[in-house]
Amino acid sequence: MSETLDTRDRGGPAQPLLAVRGLVKHFVSKGGLFSKGPIVRAVDGVDFEVMKGETLGVVGESGCGKSTTARLLMQINQPDRGEIVFDGELLGSRALDLKTYRRQVQMVFQDSYASLNPRLTVEETVAFGPQSHGQSRKEALGRAHDLLRRVGLEPRRFGGRYPHEVSGGQRQRVNIARALALEPRLLILDEAVSALDKSVEAQVLNLLADLKRDFGLTYIFISHDLNVVRFMSDRVMVMYLGQVAELGPADDILASPRHPYTAALLASQPSTDPQARISEAPLTGDPPNPINPPPGCRFHTRCRFAAPVCSTREPGLDPVAPSHLAACHMAVPGSGHPEAPSLPMAA
Amino acid sequence: MNAPLRTPDAATDALVHVRNLTVDFLGGRKPVRAVGGVDFDLKAGDALALLGESGSGKSVTLRALMRLLPEKRTRIGGTVRVDGQDVLALGRRSLAAYRGGTVAMIFQDPGLALDPVYKIGDQIAEAVVRHEGASFAKGRARALELFERVHIPSPARRLDAYPHEMSGGMRQRAMIALALACKPKLLLADEPTTALDATVQIQILLLLRELQRDLGLAVIFVTHDVGVAVQVADRVAVMYGGHLVEVGASGEVIGTPAHPYTHGLLASRITPDSPKGLRLATIPGSPPDLADPPPGCPFEPRCSLAAPPCRAGLPERVAVAPGHAARCVRIGEALGAAPHAAA
Repeated sequence: MSETLDTRDRGGPAQPLLAVRGLVKHFVSKGGLFSKGPIVRAVDGVDFEVMKGETLGVVGESGCGKSTTARLLMQINQPDRGEIVFDGELLGSRALDLKTYRRQVQMVFQDSYASLNPRLTVEETVAFGPQSHGQSRKEALGRAHDLLRRVGLEPRRFGGRYPHEVSGGQRQRVNIARALALEPRLLILDEAVSALDKSVEAQVLNLLADLKRDFGLTYIFISHDLNVVRFMSDRVMVMYLGQVAELGPADDILASPRHPYTAALLASQPSTDPQARISEAPLTGDPPNPINPPPGCRFHTRCRFAAPVCSTREPGLDPVAPSHLAACHMAVPGSGHPEAPSLPMAA
Repeated sequence: MNAPLRTPDAATDALVHVRNLTVDFLGGRKPVRAVGGVDFDLKAGDALALLGESGSGKSVTLRALMRLLPEKRTRIGGTVRVDGQDVLALGRRSLAAYRGGTVAMIFQDPGLALDPVYKIGDQIAEAVVRHEGASFAKGRARALELFERVHIPSPARRLDAYPHEMSGGMRQRAMIALALACKPKLLLADEPTTALDATVQIQILLLLRELQRDLGLAVIFVTHDVGVAVQVADRVAVMYGGHLVEVGASGEVIGTPAHPYTHGLLASRITPDSPKGLRLATIPGSPPDLADPPPGCPFEPRCSLAAPPCRAGLPERVAVAPGHAARCVRIGEALGAAPHAAA
C-alpha cells in the first residue's frame, strides 16, 4: 500500500499537504463583571507548510501557541485571521468544506483518558466516527477491529472494554486507532506520548513510525521533548510566544540552532553524564505572558545577545541556510545588530 | 560497656535509615503491596534520586518517610529512622514537630503545598511561629531571608503575593522557601520539576543543588527522568514493582547498568545520538499487578534473561562494584558484560 498513489492526492508530491498563512488567534481573557479582560495573543501571525509524507515537529514552552495552533488546524477554535490550505484547496471554499477537511485531518491529544468517551467501549469508540460519516454499524465495527489489531490491541480481548479498564499506553493506542478510522492523510499528535512512561513511549513511537509508513501518513508532531522531536521529525518548528522563532531541517536546527531561544532550549536539557552536568541555567525567569508580549523581538527580554534593535524592531522569519529560517536579527546581514554578519560587499 | 544506647550499626552516621520498608494499601478486594521491602541509608547532606516509572512505588516510599499516607487505609512495616527518630512510632505531637522541623517535602504541584487564600509571606511566617514559638514579625523576617535564598526577584514585594499571582517557576521557588522555613535536615522532592518548562526546570534543579551544598541539606528526589536524576543527585536508586532493584553512583548506574530493568529503561530512551528511523528498544509487557505480584523478582515476567531461580524469591542484593548493587541473580551474564561463572 506504500507506493500507491492516494486517489485523494491533488497537486502531486511537490504541493504541500498543508499550508498555513498568517494564522492569528487572540483570546479575550476573563475580566471583571462589566469589562473585558486583556487580550491573550496565543497565536500571532504563524506561517508554515507541511509537505506530503513528512513529519513536522513543533517545539516550544507553555504559552508558545503550539497547542492553539493545533486546535486551529483542527478547527476546534476558529482563527481570527489567516488561511488554511489543504492540498491546494482553501479551507472553507466551495472545493473544501469542513466535513471533508476533518475526515482528512485528525488529532491525538495528550490526555488519553479525557479524550475518550467513558461510556463507549474501545471498539465503539473506534467505530463512532465512520458511523457518523455514514458507514453501517457492522462495517464500522469490522474496520474498528482491523485497526485495533493494527495498533497492537487484540479486538477480542480489548474491544469490549471501557477506557478505564485499559492502561495509559493502551488508551493512547485506542486514540490512535480512532484517529485513523476515517483514513486521514494528516495526523496531528499533540504531546501524544508525553504522559506515557519511557518504556511505553518507545512502543508507541515505534507504532507511529509503522503506521506512517503503511498508511502513507503525514504528521505534525508536537512535543516539549527535544530528543523525541528530533528523532521523529524531518523538519522542526520552534515557537515562542505565539510566533515561529526558527524552522528548518530537524538535524540542522538541533545541531546548529540559529535562534538563541532554540540554543537555550537545547542547553537546558539535563545530560545523563554526571561529568556533563549543567552548572548555569541558560535562561533566567519564566517565559513571559502572551497577554503583553514585549515589543520588538519577543525573546529579547530573556536573550543574552539582546541589542537595542531587538527591542524596537520585530525580526522577520528569514532564510539563514538552505531551507532553514530564523527570526533573529543576529542571523540577518545588515539588521543593525552588532553580531549580525556584515552585508556582502561588491567585489 | 553494654550501654543499650544506640546500636553501633552502619546506620549511626546515617541521617536516614530505612530497612525492609513495606507499604500495603488496604480497602480494595486485595491489599496492594505498593512498596515491597526497601532498604537504604542516606548521610546528612547527600542527595539520592529515586528513579522509576509510574506505579514503581517511588512516591509512596517518599510519602512513607513523612507519614503522609492515609493511616486507616495503609499498613506500613519495617524500620524508618530519620535523625535518630523512629518515624513509624511517632505520636501526633512529635509527628507534627517532625514534619517541617526535620523533614519537609515539595511537590509537583505547588497548589498542594500553598494555601490559595493567604499571602505567601504570611504562610511561611506562620510555619515559623508554629514550630519555633517565634513572633510573627520574626517569622516574616525569616520569610524574607528565605525568598532571597531561593532567588525570588524583588523578594520583599513578593512576600505579599498570593500563589496565583506568581508564575509557575516562581511558585515552585516559593514552595521550596516554605519547605525550608523550619530548617529541616531532609528535603523530600516528589517530581517538583515535571510540570515545568525545560528552561525553568533547569533553574529549579540548580537551586536544589545549591541548597543541598550550602545548607548541608539531604535530598531525596523522586523522578522518572534519567537526566534529571543525574543532574540533582550523586546516587541513584532505581525502583521497579515496589523494590529497589539497583542502587549506585549516578554515573555507574547510568553508564554501566547491572539490572536488566535499568538496562531496558535506558535502552528505550531516545538520546541526542539515536539515529533516525531506528527501531526503539522496548521492554515487552507491562509492570506487575501489585495486588498479585510475581513470586520472585518483580521484573521476571518481562525479563529476557529470566530463569527458574528468578521465580524462587526476591533476588538478594549483589554488589557489582563498591557502592553499586543490584537485585538480580543473573548479574554478569546480563547485558553481555564480563562473563561470570554461574554457580
